[in-house]
Amino acid sequence: MNRPTPSQTVGPFYGYALPFPGGEEIATGGITVHGHVYDGAGDPIPDALLEFWQADPSGSLKGAPGSLRRDPVTGRVVGRHGVDFTGFGRVPTDADGHWTLRTLVPGNGYISVCVFARGLLHHLFTRIYLRHDPFLDTLPAGRARTLLAAEERPGLYRFDIRLQGEGETVFLDFTS
Amino acid sequence: MTLTQADIDREIAELHAVAPKSGHPLRDFAPYRSSVLRHPKQPLVPVKDPEAAELTGPVFGVTDVTPLDADLTRRHVGEPLGERITVEGRILDRDGRPVRGQLVEIWQANASGRYPHQRDDHPAPLDPNFTGVGRCLTDEEGRYKFTTIKPGPYPWRNHRNAWRPAHIHFSVFGTAFTQRLVTQMYFPGDPLFPYDPVLQSVTDPAARDRLVAAYDHDLSVPEWSLGYRWDIVLDGPAATWMEEGR
Repeated sequence: MNRPTPSQTVGPFYGYALPFPGGEEIATGGITVHGHVYDGAGDPIPDALLEFWQADPSGSLKGAPGSLRRDPVTGRVVGRHGVDFTGFGRVPTDADGHWTLRTLVPGNGYISVCVFARGLLHHLFTRIYLRHDPFLDTLPAGRARTLLAAEERPGLYRFDIRLQGEGETVFLDFTS
Repeated sequence: MTLTQADIDREIAELHAVAPKSGHPLRDFAPYRSSVLRHPKQPLVPVKDPEAAELTGPVFGVTDVTPLDADLTRRHVGEPLGERITVEGRILDRDGRPVRGQLVEIWQANASGRYPHQRDDHPAPLDPNFTGVGRCLTDEEGRYKFTTIKPGPYPWRNHRNAWRPAHIHFSVFGTAFTQRLVTQMYFPGDPLFPYDPVLQSVTDPAARDRLVAAYDHDLSVPEWSLGYRWDIVLDGPAATWMEEGR
């Protein structure tokens, strides 16, 4: 088996390279999920980058290319054409540590999240559950609620990510 | 009290002496001060579900990149200053299979060690002919290739007289979200390696070596550019099933 290349932090300067126009809008006409990313002191993290991967409303995980669709004349990102569902989103937190995602409800009930940040040497995985799921019952007592989004009003969900400390988000390990 | 390089060196040595030899960085690595409040203290929860969404991942295609994206020296009217280089290699999974048709993104400082980012305010010149962003898709053998200029080292404020070794940031997708990797490629023989808490957060020296590209004279082009080779191995499992058309 090949030995993996180690991770390194995304650092503070990814902002001119990784975010792309429309990265926060996987699809329109569905739901909005938003929240803050907090550090161990409870302060918002203004230089985190979140990536999202999810099934379409039928549960298909096939995805489609075109999240960063380009204008062949200028090279600029013109974004998704809105017909295919790519299932991929990428959102940097703003100066207030806040992020917003617009998408459709995934058929399997959860949105996968990969968290990058300055100061985070190896990314973290978590999940946004939009409804109760048996998987949540398998989590350590009292921590399942960190993965369950709160419906603030119809179609608007709140999901905060706490990297450390009280109410620390459950992070998942798939490597072993 | 101002933290000196000697303080950081001591902390690194102490952690290297007691920490397990890890193939990935320790998320809790205090010599890198920004990590202190930004790592979870609870253990990660293992997921064994064979139908986990993370065993699949986003796909990209010809609409997502343009051919010019892979040449960072041709994005402006003029030529950037610095040492022109090519960096190429293969992206493989843990079983040695090539990762085909996937997105590779890079970003880097210019030859003076400056990023075109408002928060990078150290007194080195910006280069109007260099932004430092590249993208490409891997080919059928998992190969990527970029033409760029060698980035400079730069100071940062982790401690007094802190300098990052020259590096290129890489963002790589595998066939599964579990294989996602963001990392940094370093250049061989850089004297700053032992002083850098970001690199030293990987406690296994053999794993640190895997972050360093090799100079490859066969990749150098006469009168034009110097060549570096750097292969990347993605961690994490992928779905064992194959959907038609993937």
